[in-house]
Amino acid sequence: MADHPNTSLPEDRGYLSEHGFRSWALTMDHKRIGVMYIWTTLGFFVVAGILALLLRLKLLVPGPALFSDHTYNVLFTMHGAMMIFLFIIPAIPSALGNFFIPLLIGCRDVAFPRLNLFSYWIFVAGIAVTVGTLAAPMDTGWTFYTPYSAQTSAAVTALSFGLFLIGMSSILTGLNFIVTIHTMRAPGMGWYRMPLFIWAMYATSVIQVLSTPVIGITFLLLAAERVFGIGFFDPAKGGDPLLFQHFFWFYSHPVVYVMILPAMGIVSEVVPVFARKPIFGYKAIAYSALAIALIGFLVWGHHMFVSGMSTVAGVIFSFLTFFVAVPTGMKIFNWIATLYKGSITFESPMLYALSFIFLFIIGGLTGLFLGALATDVHVHDTYFLVAHFHYTMMGGTVMGLFAGLHYWFPKMTGRMFNETWAKSAWWLVVSGFNVTFFPMFILGMQGMPRRYAEYPAKYQALNVVATVGSWFLALGVIIMFANFIKSLRNGPLAPDNPWRGLTLEWQTTSPPPEENFHEIPTVTDWPYGYGSRNEAPRE
Amino acid sequence: MPYPTTLKASEVSLASHDVDAVFIFILAIAGFFFVLTQGLLIYFAIRYRKKKGVEEATPYITGNHALEVVWIVIPSLLLVAIFVYGLTVFIKMRTPLPNAAEIQVTASQFTWSFKYPDGRSVANELRLPLGQPVKLIMISRDVIHGFFIPAYRQKQDVLPGSYTYLWLLPKQAGTYDIYCSQYCGTGHSLMRATLIVMPQPQYQAWVAAELQKQQAGAQSPAERGKALFESAGGGGCHSIDGSPKVGPTLKGIFGSRVTLTTGQSVVADEEYLRESLEEPNEQVVQGFQPIMPSFRGSLKQDEIAALIAYMKTLK
Ligand code: HEM
Ligand SMILES: [Cu+2]
Ligand SMILES: [Cu+2]
Repeated sequence: MADHPNTSLPEDRGYLSEHGFRSWALTMDHKRIGVMYIWTTLGFFVVAGILALLLRLKLLVPGPALFSDHTYNVLFTMHGAMMIFLFIIPAIPSALGNFFIPLLIGCRDVAFPRLNLFSYWIFVAGIAVTVGTLAAPMDTGWTFYTPYSAQTSAAVTALSFGLFLIGMSSILTGLNFIVTIHTMRAPGMGWYRMPLFIWAMYATSVIQVLSTPVIGITFLLLAAERVFGIGFFDPAKGGDPLLFQHFFWFYSHPVVYVMILPAMGIVSEVVPVFARKPIFGYKAIAYSALAIALIGFLVWGHHMFVSGMSTVAGVIFSFLTFFVAVPTGMKIFNWIATLYKGSITFESPMLYALSFIFLFIIGGLTGLFLGALATDVHVHDTYFLVAHFHYTMMGGTVMGLFAGLHYWFPKMTGRMFNETWAKSAWWLVVSGFNVTFFPMFILGMQGMPRRYAEYPAKYQALNVVATVGSWFLALGVIIMFANFIKSLRNGPLAPDNPWRGLTLEWQTTSPPPEENFHEIPTVTDWPYGYGSRNEAPRE
Repeated sequence: MPYPTTLKASEVSLASHDVDAVFIFILAIAGFFFVLTQGLLIYFAIRYRKKKGVEEATPYITGNHALEVVWIVIPSLLLVAIFVYGLTVFIKMRTPLPNAAEIQVTASQFTWSFKYPDGRSVANELRLPLGQPVKLIMISRDVIHGFFIPAYRQKQDVLPGSYTYLWLLPKQAGTYDIYCSQYCGTGHSLMRATLIVMPQPQYQAWVAAELQKQQAGAQSPAERGKALFESAGGGGCHSIDGSPKVGPTLKGIFGSRVTLTTGQSVVADEEYLRESLEEPNEQVVQGFQPIMPSFRGSLKQDEIAALIAYMKTLK
């Protein structure tokens, strides 16, 4: 290997030059912090993914099998909670956001590098506490509904504290990004010259800063109820269980946009580069991110149509919910229009970005059934819902993340991955995903409730299909990661700009030097000037 | 029984037909946008793929205001239509029906108990006469549960500490599943019940027979215990045929030796069984969770004795 000219160690490993534990653990370089987040969050993706495979395995048969129902409940709680709190919320914002916000806006680091390092370590502390609660496994579901969560013998109090720390890390990271985006853009980069990933990260950070305190308070109240017996949510103590649900969803609905907006930002970067076309409707995409962030705060009640909330409240929440669909739909139309008359190539980042669009359309359209009152009554809390959120979160966010990982891998590591393997992995991931989750729509329409460790035998056939699909999905993910890990050592050296992108990160070396740019670039144009301008310019 | 999906607009209850109509309406709109967007996505991807080796110049198109307006306005109008349609049917489901018979539904981990106007209560089986409007008045004894009849397209969470309601109008005789749709703990997925809709004459006959059985009085303690076991929902967690459920089976329980979570092994005598009913979580059998509710207060002493007598018969 060593004699192959392409794979020999380069002279200059940029920000990766230093070695050793301290050089990582105490770094204030946003890129290294970003890399640590990538390893941490992907680690939990793998763990929670393995749990999901166990869940699916048990569901091969309708009756008792493999492990007890209680264990099933513990596993789906851990799967959901890890996927949400330890993987998908931090995965794009904290990991890729940290690495690429300064590079995309042309500055040397985030506004508060020391705070950034601190955020990472409280995130780790939060994880330690959360994972420590495994000693007394929890079976409440990731939604922790009271009064069940206040009564079960599990370690909800300790967990609340862990999630509180993780939430604090989100808030600090969000603040850091907002200040960075406001004050540290390269000379010449006005707001409308910012890459759309930055717009998306800006909207995301605003949601994180505004909504995360609410979940912090909620978990504190829950802990107070358990430890001191003060009745906030438990009717036996004079509390109101629906109050908990309001609190919970007031945070958790906006947070689904924390999960999806950054992925949309990645898609907005990748599609123009591989279509060689300017992004269609730049301002529409930018402002729709902000619109989604704001309207997203007003629709939490759509999780509670059958909870016992009043009919009038249900009607209002349903109405508002449909309004989030409008800016979301706009983005989809804009991406598709960007492809029009392009000169499209299908490298793996583009394949994942297109899969995002394809799967997210399905996730979004099935949301209409959940937003409409009459139909939600039937499909709420069934597998229809499970399918819907996996289409948006896994088909959406995770595909966006995979697009970003492939797109930026050369920049982050200075190496190229093997495109053939990447494509085979993509085939398996996308087809396995659909085989796993599409049958769940039908199961839900037929009435199979979610969180069912055992189920009536009439639902078996489709469950078997879903379980078999999960194996293909898993195989695809394994190949993808193996390809990455192998390429870290042996991949051919990456050029500075392998995809011929126009955003600033491609103007520096791969991997970038510690100070990002030898000389801070001056921006004279927006970053989507692909195509020839003398051919029918329009706006 | 072939299972009705949401697409086979079925006329089995109050709103099932309307809900299915809304479903199909949304499906039509969603289907249109699905074909439009995925069609264009795939068509553009193929039509405008880069041809071998030639880097074609692409036009500098950055947007189009007219198009932008079109794809805000048209979807918005359709969304409002969906909202209004969904809303009307929802209101219909929640509007009180005149002359509704009232049935009290009590949910507890992991049993449904139905109490009829004549005072009888039955666990995990709800019988209704065809065509008679019914109002379910529901409450939970412990955590939140969800009352869900898939075939009726109706669902309502059941809360501790406050009533929630559901209006039913059975329009077809038959047997339907009732599930718990809100996660409530270990036995959640087994918290199922059956809805049996009977034509009026059969229903009357059934009620009469039940009442007669009740009035026949002079039950032996074991018979009385059996009835109590069924109405208090013991069968939700314990089998009487040896198979494990959420709780240990009661087959052959009396006089057997059981190992507790503490590692201790005790003989299940009368005192052990009494304690298991009144302080169930003091002594928990190995391999099970301390989740059984206490029946202290809700069962009188002679009722506990009757239950023990019944358990002795489970050989
Ligand atoms: C690797 C592929 C995956 C498979 C095979 C899978 C499978 C499952 C299964 C079987 C359940 C339990 C459903 C139930 O019993 O109600 C579940 C629940 C859930 N999954 Fe996944 N999942 C996968 C990936 C993901 C991802 C990527 C996310 C989010 C980023 C996610 C988030 C959730 C959540 C939030 C729940 C709900 C947990 C709860 O009900 O408390 N899953 N998944
Ligand atoms: Cu929501
Ligand atoms: Cu339940």
